[in-house]
Amino acid sequence: MAETRLMTINMGPQHPATHGVLRLVLELDGEVIVKVVPHIGHLHRGVEKLAESKTYHQVIPLTDRLDYTNAMGNNLGYVLAVEKLLGIEVPKRAQYLRVMMTELQRIAAHLIWLGTHALDIGAMTLLFYNFREREEILRIFEEVAGGRLTPTYMRIGGVSKDLPDGIDEEIREFVQAFPDHMKEYETLLTKNVIWLKRTKGVGIISKEDAVNWGMTGPSLRGSGVKYDVRKAFPYSSYEEFDFDIPIGSVGDVYDRYIVRLREMEWSNAIVEQALERLPKGPILSDHPWVALPPKDNVLKDIDALIRQFKIASEGFQPPKGEVYVGVEASKGELGYYLVSDGSNRPLRMRIRPPSFLNLSALPKMVEGSLIADVISAIGSIDIVLGEIDR
Amino acid sequence: MAEINLAVKKLQEKFPASIVEVKTFRDEINVTVQKGDIFEICKFLYSDPDLQYQMLTDLCGVDYFPAHPRFEVVYLLFSMKNRERLRLKAKVGEGEAILSVESVWKAANWLEREVYDLFGIHFVNHPDLRRILLWDGFKGYPLRKDYPVEGPDFDKPFVPEV
Repeated sequence: MAETRLMTINMGPQHPATHGVLRLVLELDGEVIVKVVPHIGHLHRGVEKLAESKTYHQVIPLTDRLDYTNAMGNNLGYVLAVEKLLGIEVPKRAQYLRVMMTELQRIAAHLIWLGTHALDIGAMTLLFYNFREREEILRIFEEVAGGRLTPTYMRIGGVSKDLPDGIDEEIREFVQAFPDHMKEYETLLTKNVIWLKRTKGVGIISKEDAVNWGMTGPSLRGSGVKYDVRKAFPYSSYEEFDFDIPIGSVGDVYDRYIVRLREMEWSNAIVEQALERLPKGPILSDHPWVALPPKDNVLKDIDALIRQFKIASEGFQPPKGEVYVGVEASKGELGYYLVSDGSNRPLRMRIRPPSFLNLSALPKMVEGSLIADVISAIGSIDIVLGEIDR
Repeated sequence: MAEINLAVKKLQEKFPASIVEVKTFRDEINVTVQKGDIFEICKFLYSDPDLQYQMLTDLCGVDYFPAHPRFEVVYLLFSMKNRERLRLKAKVGEGEAILSVESVWKAANWLEREVYDLFGIHFVNHPDLRRILLWDGFKGYPLRKDYPVEGPDFDKPFVPEV
């Protein structure tokens, strides 16, 4: 009688469908997965350690590089945490600009997810459509903030620049055209038989399991849990916007797909609302610790010059204490836990990475299913290794 | 804060001996507990029908070197029922271990591995305590305060021991 044994194969770290440098060790019984062991850390840069040796202002560019598809959202979480630590208020206009940029970034991040997820499963055309629209958003970012992937737009106490002239017209054009683009994507996938066969009933995770594994974001909502940080703990004036939280029912790959599509539509609606109701006023708090004085004053006024120098070189010293702020990033709840010992550098900056916990639930989703389903499942939880490894 | 948080009240009734300190900063509640009781407390907070802290949002370590005991393990819990967060803390000395809460929340599996990896805190009863972000042969625990920002091997080529 022939002997049967399990086969162990290695997927990644160089594999087109693992979305970065993720390595999975799969134990297979034929084509059925018995066990999955993810290995992470290939992209570890020690961001949390680096932050301990930088002043609070200097940490902002580091956050851009966590989840590199969602830089605005990462900035926002960090500056909110520092503002909470200091106890300062942010002007209304800055709050609205933050919301507008974060939601545009959410659309851009979801577009990358949609394109690569569909590409993994074999629908190549979509990627070109998605990157066409994403390019529009990145162009807007470039004009607003000066950077595309790593804009470093947010500042402690506000944002770095006000909108340049004429950009609101461009944003409005994008917002108005986007629903039609959504129709294009949906025509290609939502009722496509191949897509349905590859996603329906695949990678199921129940409500209870998803919560217990600490999943957040669209991956959690796909399982039918109505938890969104924007609604549960509103920040940056989200309570003033009109939007809904789409949820799924079964918790399979298809539900997570639908949830993200609906989320893009709501994000688009939020951008439109923010643009229509954008208040007038300053874009940076006038708190003397955090806000750099206007450049004109620096050139004419010795006080302003000294203040600029002090803020740029020494930073500021927040009170002793610790705060946690969670924001709804495109992947889930991105949290910053800051511990201050009263000096000008954080004693500890802990980043709560949504993809990290979403990925930890992957074995639960795919054990017992076919090897091809791993690809769909990885795509559906939308991981970014830059954030998992930090 | 005028009114006492329900979870804090219940904890004080149920575990009077193990609550070390309750502190509120910027409307966030921090409860420091004895590390020996952390598992029982977590289980209680998870299963109590009025509290239902069903989500472990985060678990991390903090190094307060040169204080004694130097580490703190921080648990951030979230109750969907009450829309409330609660932060639990337990002090752990160097070379000491703390009970794992992996059997309460599966989320703790990777989070505890990360704390072990970067701080060197051991979690008793953890099913799979290995390094997670760094490779197996790595020496030292980088998030400790006495670990240099530029590591001892930063200018040498990387050759892992297999």
